[in-house]
Amino acid sequence: MSDQLPALIIIAPLLGAFLTPVIGWRYRQFCRPWALMMLAVPVYASIGSLIRVISSGPFGYNLAGWEPPWGIEYRIDHLSALMLVLIAVIGLLATINAKAGISTEMRGKEPHFYTLILLQITGLMGIVITGDLFNIFVFLEISSLSGYGLIAHGEDGAPLATFNYIIIGTIGASFYLLGVGYLYMATGSLNIADLATILPDLYHSQMILVGFAFFTTGIAIKMGLFPLHFWMPDAYTTAPNSVSTLIAPLMTKVVAYLLIRIMFTLFQPEFTISIVPIATILGWLAVVAIIVGGIKALAQTDIKKMVTYIMVAEVGYIVMGISVMNRAGLTGAILHIINDACMIFCLFLVIGAISYKGHGREIYHFQNLNKKMPYTMAAFVIVALSMCGIPPACGFFSKWYLIMGTIAAKQWVFAITLLGSSLVNAVLFFRIIEKAYLAPLGGETHGHDHEEEIIARDEAPASMLIPIFITAAAILILGPLSGKIIAAVIQHAVPAIF
Amino acid sequence: MLEYVLAKYNYWIYVVLMMIGLYAMMGKRNLVKKLIGMNIFQTSIILLFVSMGVKKGGATVPILMGDGHGHGEQIIQVADYLNPLPHVLMLTAIVVSIATTGVALATLILIYKRYHTLEEDEIMAIRKEAAAYKTLGT
Repeated sequence: MSDQLPALIIIAPLLGAFLTPVIGWRYRQFCRPWALMMLAVPVYASIGSLIRVISSGPFGYNLAGWEPPWGIEYRIDHLSALMLVLIAVIGLLATINAKAGISTEMRGKEPHFYTLILLQITGLMGIVITGDLFNIFVFLEISSLSGYGLIAHGEDGAPLATFNYIIIGTIGASFYLLGVGYLYMATGSLNIADLATILPDLYHSQMILVGFAFFTTGIAIKMGLFPLHFWMPDAYTTAPNSVSTLIAPLMTKVVAYLLIRIMFTLFQPEFTISIVPIATILGWLAVVAIIVGGIKALAQTDIKKMVTYIMVAEVGYIVMGISVMNRAGLTGAILHIINDACMIFCLFLVIGAISYKGHGREIYHFQNLNKKMPYTMAAFVIVALSMCGIPPACGFFSKWYLIMGTIAAKQWVFAITLLGSSLVNAVLFFRIIEKAYLAPLGGETHGHDHEEEIIARDEAPASMLIPIFITAAAILILGPLSGKIIAAVIQHAVPAIF
Repeated sequence: MLEYVLAKYNYWIYVVLMMIGLYAMMGKRNLVKKLIGMNIFQTSIILLFVSMGVKKGGATVPILMGDGHGHGEQIIQVADYLNPLPHVLMLTAIVVSIATTGVALATLILIYKRYHTLEEDEIMAIRKEAAAYKTLGT
């Protein structure tokens, strides 16, 4: 049984996705327990894989028994096992959270929702688990296509935002496919481990250089790296809340994982450091992404749109950590993938709960929200502290490593940008917290001492509160635990040359 | 120069098709034209992959005769057979592109139902007007 864990991770949600419409045909109420069950299997299997990787090192799984260079191999090492656990847990929590949300946002379409969300999670986990370049393309498109379908169900501008996302997302995936094509033409192999041994002899071939350029451009589009981020704010803002809760934290992070994979596993670090100027390009793009993301976020009054622009900046953080090419920087980037996924996930959960209770998403709607939804707002404060980098929360630790990385690389502009961005985050979140906790009770209520009692508590349902509590607790726990995570997992994921 | 182009005409066609597709996606304001551009773009990549596996001089499909246990198989000359792998990969890529087109067309139907037009400029104007009404109303 435990030998088959890697296959279970993919097969359970994929099979679940195919059977959900069949079940939903007659028994709509069974779709949800079925989907939750099919998502609990990957949680179990990915935690099992992580434990096995920590105790006995990376392992592979040959699909249908075909040997690696010819067959498709599932390859689980420290980095992919960590990502699998992240995706599986966030996927399960997002589906638990979706119950109340889709009853208002996608009424009558529950089977559709659960089918697409299972496919989405299958695709995301497939990108992480597979060791075959073309298979990554297929999984990338599975997750993107189900994402398009889910986002199109959103509010007013959603279909147009989805269409633009389809066009730009297809360009990104096609560029990735072209990269695969060029590498295949030069080497005749698609297996990442096999390619990693063949490629070093060909590093100065123009074909390989063009292939690498296509890879990074395609990934930058899918990841929403500035200046290719323009599809992201519209798509994630207009999507239904239950959908953006799942897609927004995971899609960009999984593609960031793919960038690390391409740069440091498929190509050796010597190539990415000394042969192509990719570090400089990515580093400065990241600086601009952080600055532009921060400024655009400051300009928003809609909190959901603000969070999507914060995501543009957060992608910049991760890319900056990758681009400094040293141990502290890459450790920080991987740690930030985990932490940022939790923080963005929690933010979207809070936004979903607030919208479900009928409150608007503009900042002035937050007035006195702490009295109506005290638990939700408490979680919001925890995320806000983490975003600003206040120590017990996890955001501080990954930012610490990122800043250490930029200092070790002597990139002072990068370090100043990171510090400045924390200040911007502080402004962004404290103006909302101030509105919620400190604003007076309306303009003309002086003299009414009993005004406070009029505001009744109106908290989100348990299916929303439980994921919010778990994620907020995770944000607080991941911080102090980050030393252990680095020692057990991340230090093995960083190339030995650093 | 002409010989240089003709010798590798398949790659030139791929590049030209790809540029046409990119232009249609970026330059056209009609959403259906953008979608057609996307299809041309994807087809150009399929052409690249398919022409990658082709060999000149009578090479054929790799069907190997034998009983499946290693008996009765002749010595295989690589030059006699096409490379089937890129073609198989493209079967998957064609499925992906059909699925993408399907989702995009469904989205276009949604857009048309909502705005009764598929011109991006007109949709933008309608949305701007709606936003203006909304602010007036509050």
